[in-house]
Amino acid sequence: MKLTVVLLLSLAATSIVGTIIPQNENPAAYFRAYGEFVYKLFDLLGIFDMYHSWWFQFLILLLTINIVVCSIDRLSATWKIVFVKNPKFNLSRFRKLSQKEVFDNKQKPKELVKVYEPFIFKHFGYTRAEETDKGLCVFAEKWRWTRFGVYTVHLSVVLLLIGGLIGSLFGFEGFVNIPEGEKVNNIRIRNTGQLRSLGFEILCDDFDISFYDNGAPKEYRSSLTIIEHGKPVYKKDIIVNDPLRYKGVNIFQSSYGKMPSDAPSQDKVPARDSPGEITLNFTSKNSGKKYRIKTVIGKVVDIPEGLGKFVIVEYKESAEFGGQNIGHAYMGILTPKGKNPVNIMLPLHFPNFDKMRRGSIVISIAGQKAKTFNAGKKADQRYYTGLQVTNDPGVWVVYTGFIMMIIGILITFFMSHQRVCIEIVKSGNKSKVIVTGTANKNKLAMQQRIKKISDQLAKL
Amino acid sequence: MNSSVLLSITTFIYGLAAFLYIASWVFKKPLSGRLAFWVALIGVAGNTAGIIMRWVESYRLGIGHAPLSNMYESLVFFSWTIVIIYLVIERQYKNAVIGAFATPLAFLAMAYASMSPNVSDRIQPLIPALKSNWLIAHVISCFLGYAGFAIAFAISFMYLFKQRDVEGKSNLLSHFPKPHVLDELTHQMVMFGFLFLSIGIITGAVWANSAWGSYWSWDPKETWSLITWFIYATLLHARMMRGWYGKRIAYLAIIGFMAVIFTYFGVNYLPGLHSYGAG
Repeated sequence: MKLTVVLLLSLAATSIVGTIIPQNENPAAYFRAYGEFVYKLFDLLGIFDMYHSWWFQFLILLLTINIVVCSIDRLSATWKIVFVKNPKFNLSRFRKLSQKEVFDNKQKPKELVKVYEPFIFKHFGYTRAEETDKGLCVFAEKWRWTRFGVYTVHLSVVLLLIGGLIGSLFGFEGFVNIPEGEKVNNIRIRNTGQLRSLGFEILCDDFDISFYDNGAPKEYRSSLTIIEHGKPVYKKDIIVNDPLRYKGVNIFQSSYGKMPSDAPSQDKVPARDSPGEITLNFTSKNSGKKYRIKTVIGKVVDIPEGLGKFVIVEYKESAEFGGQNIGHAYMGILTPKGKNPVNIMLPLHFPNFDKMRRGSIVISIAGQKAKTFNAGKKADQRYYTGLQVTNDPGVWVVYTGFIMMIIGILITFFMSHQRVCIEIVKSGNKSKVIVTGTANKNKLAMQQRIKKISDQLAKL
Repeated sequence: MNSSVLLSITTFIYGLAAFLYIASWVFKKPLSGRLAFWVALIGVAGNTAGIIMRWVESYRLGIGHAPLSNMYESLVFFSWTIVIIYLVIERQYKNAVIGAFATPLAFLAMAYASMSPNVSDRIQPLIPALKSNWLIAHVISCFLGYAGFAIAFAISFMYLFKQRDVEGKSNLLSHFPKPHVLDELTHQMVMFGFLFLSIGIITGAVWANSAWGSYWSWDPKETWSLITWFIYATLLHARMMRGWYGKRIAYLAIIGFMAVIFTYFGVNYLPGLHSYGAG
C-alpha cells in the first residue's frame, strides 16, 4: 500500500516534466535550447519522448502489478465476506457502538417485531429476527456486494492499460496528405515515418474550408471515396469530429494546405512535368558534394552516399519557427541511416535554414522563388487534405474500462455495506428500542441514516 | 440587458453573499448568515439566467452553442457549480461558516471572468474541433469535479485552522464544525470531485478519439488532469487503506486543488491541443 502511494505520486511528479519540456520535437531545436550536455543527458533519459521512455513505462508497469497484486491479495477475504449464506451478526459489536438511538414503546417486544421487521425489510432487503438475553432483536443489511466496487475500479485501470498496449502493439497511427482529385493507397506512420499499405485506396474528391464572419474557421470538409479493387465502395464527407470508419481503419480530418500554385495542376499541363514537382539539393557534409534530386510530396528519396532517406510530407503557406512566421515551407522527414527520423523544415525564403541543424546532410529546395507563390490566383487554387489515419483494436477494451471505472467509482464511493440492529429490550410491560448501525464506508452519513430510521420506527 | 451585464451584476451579488458570510462568521451574527444564504440564492438565479441568456444570444447570432466553450463561459459555469454545491452542503450540515470560505471562491472566479483583460466575454463561434455533442458532457463533468475540489480545498483550510486550536480558545473558530466533520466533508467532496473528474477525463478521451483519432495524446492539459487524478487517487487510497486522517488529508486536498488550478489556467501557457480554453 505504501508502494501504491509512492508510485502514484512519482507518476504525478514525473508527468510534469513532459508538460514543461515540449515532446517529440526536432532534435535541432532541443540542441539549440539546452546546449550539448543537457541535450545528451535528456536524450539518454528519453525526456524528449518521456511518456514512452523505458522508465516511465516501467513505473506504469509497476503500478499495474501493484494494483493486481494488492487486489488479488484482498479479494479472497472480501469474497468470503460477500458470498456468505447466512450473514453473521454480532450483537455485542452493535451494543458497543457509541451512537445509539433509543426510544420507548408501550407494546411488547414480540408485537413490535411484527411491525418493525416488514418495515426494515422494505428498506434493506434482508432481515433476521433473533432472541437475545434481554428480549428480541432484528438484524438487517443491504448492499453487501458493494464491497466489490473497488475491485471494479482496479480492474478498469488494468483494462485501460491492456487496451493501450493492444493499441500500440497491433494498431497504427499515421497520416496522409491527399491533393484534391487524387488518391492514395498507403499512409505514413507517425513516429517512424514508414509507409504502410491500407489495402484500399482513399480518393479525395474535394476539400472545402468555410469561415465565420470574424475569420475563424467554421468547417473543414473532405469528400472522400474508398476504392477497393478499383471500385468505389464507400463515400463520405468527413469533418472534424465526424470521421470515416472503414474495415477498422478510422480516417479523421486533421489538417489541410494549399498546393503550391506554380505546380502545374494535372488537367492543365499534363505532359511536361509531373504535378507538384520539387527539386531538392542535398549537400553532404563529409564529401562536400552536391546532389540534385527531383521528387513530389510523399515520395521517399534515397539520399546519395547512403546517408538515409528523405520524404516531403507537407507544404505550408506560412510555416512557423520559434513563434515567427517564416513564410512558405516544405515539411519533411529525414531518416538518417541507423538513426531515428527527424522532422525537417525547408523554408523557401531561407535556403541555408537546414544548415542550422548541423546534420551530416544539408537539404534545401532548389530553384524555387518565393514570388512564384502568388496568392492572387485564387480561382485555380488547389488544396490538399491532411488526414489522420488510425487503427486501434484496443479501443473497445479501453472503452469497457471507462464504463467499468465510472460504475466502479459510483459503487466504491457512494454505496456501502450497511448493517443495522434493532434491539428490543423488555422492560416490564413496555419495550425499550435501541437502534444501531454500521457501514463499511461513509460512517457520518450512516449515523444520520440510523437517526432517520429510528425516528420512522418510533412513529410506527 | 444582455448576459454579460447580468453576469457582471451576479459577480457583485456573489461578492455581497461572501461578505455577509464572512461578517456572520467574524461577528457571530446568525442573521447575516441567513441573509447571506438568500443573497447567494439570488446570485445563483442570476447566474443561471445569465447562462441561459448567453445560450439564447448565441443562437440569435446564428452561431448557437452551449455556453461552455471558452475561458469566460467556463469560469461562469464554475462559479455556478461552486455555489450550488455549497448551498446543498449548508442545508445538509446546517452550518453557514463554510460559506465564508466557499463563496469567495465563486466570487473570485466570476470577478476574474468579468474583469480580467485576458478573458473575453464575447460570444464566439465554435471552431471545428469543438463542434461535438461531447463538449457539454465533458465540460460539465470537469467543472462539477473542479467545484467539488474547490470546496474540499476551502474546507481543508478550515480544518487546518480548527485543529490548531484544540482547546477551543479562539473565538473565531468556535462556530466551525467539529474537526472530524470538516475532515469527513473534505473526504466527501474529494470523492464527489474524483467521480466527476474521472467522467470528465473519460468523456474527453472519447471525444478526442472521435475528433483526432486518438483517445490519449499526452497533451499538457490531458497530462495535468491525469496528474490531478493521481494526487486525489493518492488521497483516497491513503485514507481508505492507510487510515490517513486530518492534517495530511487536508494538505493533500490543498495540493490537489493547486493541480486543478494549474490544469485550468497554467496549462494555457504550455503548448498543446487545448489552446482554445485560453481566451
